[in-house]
Formats: sequence, structure tokens, C-alpha cells
Amino acid sequence: MTESAKTSSSRVAPGMTAGGVASFLRSQTIFVLILLLVAFVLGIEIARPGTVNRTWLTNMVLFAAPLGIMAGGQTLVMLTGGIDLSVASVATAAAYLMATHSVLGGVTAVVWGMGVGLSVGLINGVGIALLRVQPLVMTLGTGLMTEGMLVVYSQKMMAEGPHVPPFIEALGSGKYLGVIPNDLVLWAPVTIAIIFVLRRTGYGRLLYAIGDNQEACHLSGIRVWRVLLVNYIVCGLLAAAAGLVIVGAVDAADLSLADVYLLPSVAAVIIGGTSIFGGRGGYSGTIVGALILTVLNSILTLLDAPEPIRQILYGAIILLLASAYTRLTD
Amino acid sequence: MTAPAEDESSVTSARAAPENAPFAAQIGRTIRRNPSLFGMPALLAASLALTVAIHPEFSDFDLQSLAMGAMPLAFAAAAQTAVVISGGIDLSIGSAMAVANVLAASTMEGRSFGESLVLAVLVLIAGAAIGALNGLIVVLSRVPDVVATLTSGFIWGGVALLILEKPGGGAPPEFLDLGAGTFITTWLPNALILLVIAVAAIWIPLRRSKLGLQIYAIGSDRVAAFRSGVNVERTRFASYIFSGLFSAIGGLGLTMTTGIGAPLAGVYYTLSGLAAVVVGGVSLAGGRGGMAGPVIAAFVLTLIPTDLIFLNIDPNFGQVIQGTLIVVIVMIGGFVAMARARK
Repeated sequence: MTESAKTSSSRVAPGMTAGGVASFLRSQTIFVLILLLVAFVLGIEIARPGTVNRTWLTNMVLFAAPLGIMAGGQTLVMLTGGIDLSVASVATAAAYLMATHSVLGGVTAVVWGMGVGLSVGLINGVGIALLRVQPLVMTLGTGLMTEGMLVVYSQKMMAEGPHVPPFIEALGSGKYLGVIPNDLVLWAPVTIAIIFVLRRTGYGRLLYAIGDNQEACHLSGIRVWRVLLVNYIVCGLLAAAAGLVIVGAVDAADLSLADVYLLPSVAAVIIGGTSIFGGRGGYSGTIVGALILTVLNSILTLLDAPEPIRQILYGAIILLLASAYTRLTD
Repeated sequence: MTAPAEDESSVTSARAAPENAPFAAQIGRTIRRNPSLFGMPALLAASLALTVAIHPEFSDFDLQSLAMGAMPLAFAAAAQTAVVISGGIDLSIGSAMAVANVLAASTMEGRSFGESLVLAVLVLIAGAAIGALNGLIVVLSRVPDVVATLTSGFIWGGVALLILEKPGGGAPPEFLDLGAGTFITTWLPNALILLVIAVAAIWIPLRRSKLGLQIYAIGSDRVAAFRSGVNVERTRFASYIFSGLFSAIGGLGLTMTTGIGAPLAGVYYTLSGLAAVVVGGVSLAGGRGGMAGPVIAAFVLTLIPTDLIFLNIDPNFGQVIQGTLIVVIVMIGGFVAMARARK
């Protein structure tokens, strides 16, 4: 597939050099994304004057944070040419386990939640890195396993019932001084860490290298399996953390809590300019991608259209954006 | 990454075995080269035997519910197989099935049998159109197929909700009987007959045609296929049409077996269908495998929760076992490929 992508890109390139602007935009794609985000926000303001104010902007960041955190893990995985389809199940399971262990104290509850991310990430990593299962199949399988286990577990816990502790609720839905979303406490360090790791550390370089050519990495003596193993564990942990934020925002743990996040977690990465074939992209694009999708959701909510119509429009716009982006960068 | 080893073996198997080779050796070689062809019926026989051992009073009724449960899943697996062999993937199958399901249930209610058959043909055309749109999106948008079909699946999910907001509708009893009834004896469920006829009628001619060969060719090596004059994009597009068609039959099957339309009924079938494809021995790298494996695997996967119920274990463990099964089977496949490469 990589082959055909390369041949088509070389075929298209000469036709698109329609001036300096186009080539500038191609090299600085993050500007295009930010412009698009601004255009979306302006669009809302023009359609419904007065919508865009401090509360609205704060809310957008608040809602984007869990998606941004989950898509962070997805970005790391996609840079190596993989994909993680278990993120939504992991987030749901983490939130549910946290909520059912909340009587044991906040720290224990969070440890249980993050434990889900750690264990599923570890299983993913072992399968993909050591046993060479394709990431799509592996994470599909672990996603099914996680969901199944969760259903069985929830029936055993019927009497207990999940309860979201107040500090998780504050994390997911509170605002400091009414302006700064609390979940930035989690998202900001995650952002700094991911960007630092990708740009400044050997591990980050290795992720790009593996995504570009895994065989070459292997032949130059890199222990590819270690990098991949760690990467899928990190992705699992980030998905679990996102789950905790989501359950804090919704304030009720149920068995399909994070299902709706699977598509956006992949779409934010793709719209953000990270290639699904690996080796190209970064987290800054993903952040803007997550913000764009959140604003898009807000626009569709404001449209006051019935749910199915919103769903269709959401999917169609994601396809358009992803397609436009793929054509721009190819 | 295991592709080179597999490609090598597929090239050797394409070359015909020498005419004068001993018959037994020929059979041995055929078995070794097509493990799924013999392995899958054996696996099905084993799991059926296990079911009967657990549940000695296995009756014609149990067989009917097995066939009715497995039939929509088998069509979902067939739909996925058509795309996977071409080297692609379709994560919108469940939603396409849901659209066909609600289209049928919402239009057929209170109609005569003849009218419902006409409507069924229209639903099949709609399914093929959904597949064609998926194919257009994948080919034209240049968005990777995983993402493109994940997103289009989201859209079709919306369309299904638009057609029928909540579970409802219906179909004439004669139509339901096509999937829920039995033929001559109660040990021959109509669902089984419908499945075999539909899959064979579509797949066998396709596989023998030029298009079928091209689908295998682009799945095996897209660049080589392109250089041999195969129109890669058109062939990918065509494979999605067949995926849509099989999904639509699966959706009609859902209407027959459940009697109603449910906009969210398809969700389960995307992932489980893919599981059946993997268990059925079709390589996700493309170009290898046939239709029999995934279809039989659908029955094996349906038997798992049934057996769990007979064993008085929570049937929800079925999903856990399904997930484990696809991972383990792909691992075994990887080990076999590695072992072959070392030889």
C-alpha cells in the first residue's frame, strides 16, 4: 500500500505547483489546520452571533482534552505504522473499573483504572512487537476481549454499582476560576511530554524511523520490539487516562461510555497530518485535529438537527477534511 | 511484514503440481498448501461434536437456531472477505447491514410475499450502491481504507437511524420463512440453504472471472498487478461493490431471522465478521484465502456462546474467547509463515 501511495504522489506533485502559496501551505500544514479551526470558529460566530465567548472557548478545550489525550496515544502508534482499535474499549473499561473501586479511595480507584490501560497495552505490545501480529487484528482482538470481560464484570458488580468520585468529576467537568478547564492539568503535561519525546529524544526518533522502515531499523541493530512494546503500553495508559476524564465529564460510568471516541481518535490523528503508514506527522497536528473535531461537534449541536443527520454530517465532513489533507500533503 | 514468505508460497502453489507425482503425495501437498480448506470443516466438525458432547439432547431446533444465528455473520464475513482478498479492509459492513435490515423491515411491513421479494431486490441494489460509494470514497479520497470505511460506517449508521429511529417494522411471514423456516426435513434450515446458494451464486462465477483473478492479483502484489495491466483502482472499487452486496444479503438475513429492523443491530457484525475472516484463514495482507473458510468460521464463532450457555457459563465470555481466538490464530499463522521461511 505504501508503494502505491508513493507512486501516486509523484504523479500528482508536478500538477499542483500552482505558486508559492501552495508549496508554503504544503510545508507548513499546521497553519492550514489552524486557519481551518479559526474558520470554523468564525463560521459559528457568523451563523449564531454571540456564541463564541469565554465560556464557549473554555468548554471547547474542556471537551477536546479527553479526545486529545486518547489521540495522543493513537498518534504515537500510527507514527510506527500501527493502529490501536482498542482505545475506546480500554477507556470505557478503565472508567468503569475506576468507578466500581471508588469506595476503596481515590488513589486505589485511579490505579485500578490505569491498570486496565497498562494490561491491555501490555498484551497489545507483546502480541504486536514479539509475536508479530498485525496491529489491526491484535487491537481488534484485545478490544473484543476487554469489552467481553467488562460485560461479565459489570454483571458481577450489579449490587455495588459504579460511583464517580468527586475529584474525577472535577477533573472532567470543572473549571479553575471559571476560565481554565481542569482537565488541562492532565492534557498539558501529556502534550509537553509527547512533543518533547517526539522531537528531542532518541525514542521519538526511533518511532519515526520504525514507521519509515521497520526492516532497516531491525538491520541497523535497533531492538524494534522494545520500542513497539513500550509504545503500545503508553497508548493503553493514555486511553485509560482519557477514559477517566470522559467519565468525569459524563458523571456516570456505563458500558458504552467511550464508544463514540474511537472514530474521532483516529480521525484527529489523520486530519492532523500523521500518516497511517507511519514515519510522518506529529502531535501538534493531532491537537489541532482534536480541537477541529470538537468545534465541528459544537457546530452540529447548534444546528439543532436530529441525531442521525448530525452523525451523517460529522462523518462526511471528517471524510472531506481527511481527503483534502491527504491530497494536500501527498 | 510476513508478506514475503507468504507471497513466495503462493507463487509456488500457483504452479501446477507435476502430473506424475504420486496421488497420496499430491493430496498431502494440497492439504499443506490450503490448511484452511481442510482445517475449517475439521474445526467445525470438532466444535459441533463438542457441542453434542456438552449437550447430548442437541435437537433439530438447536441446529435451526445455530443456522439462523450464524447466517448473518457468515454474510458479514463473506462481505469482508471480498475486500480483504483485494488487500483492503471494510469497517463499514455492520452499518451497511443495518441499513439493509431497516430498509427491508420498514418497507415490507404488511406487504404481500411477491412485493417483499421485489423490495428485497431493491434492497440488494441499495446494498451494492452503498458498497460502490464506499469504493468511490476509498479510491477517490486517497484516505487509507481503514479510516475511510471507519468513517463511512459512521455515516451509514446515521442513515440507518434516519430510516428507522428505533427497532420496529416487519415483513410478510413467507419472507421471514426464507431464513427462519426449514426445507423438507426439520434438520435442513432454510438459513443454511440461503447462505450456500447466495454465496456460491455470487462467489464462484466471480472467482472464475477475469475480475476475480484481478481481485486476487491486486491483493497479492498491487505494483506487480498494475504493471501487468490490471486497473488497480477499478478492481478495488469492484471489490467494495461485492462487499456491499453481501452486506445487504446479510441485512436481509437479519430481517428474516429477527423479524424486525433494528438500526443498531449491525454494530456487532463488523468486528465479528472480521474475526471470522481471520479465523477462516484469509490473510489480511491480501491475495490469499477463499470464501469457504470465513463462512464456516462464522458457524464456529456462533457455536462458542451457545456452548457456554449449555455449560452454564456467562455467554458474554464468548466475546472474550472470540477476541482471544482471532489473536491466537493469527499468531499461529505468523509462526507457520516464519517456519516456512526458515526452511
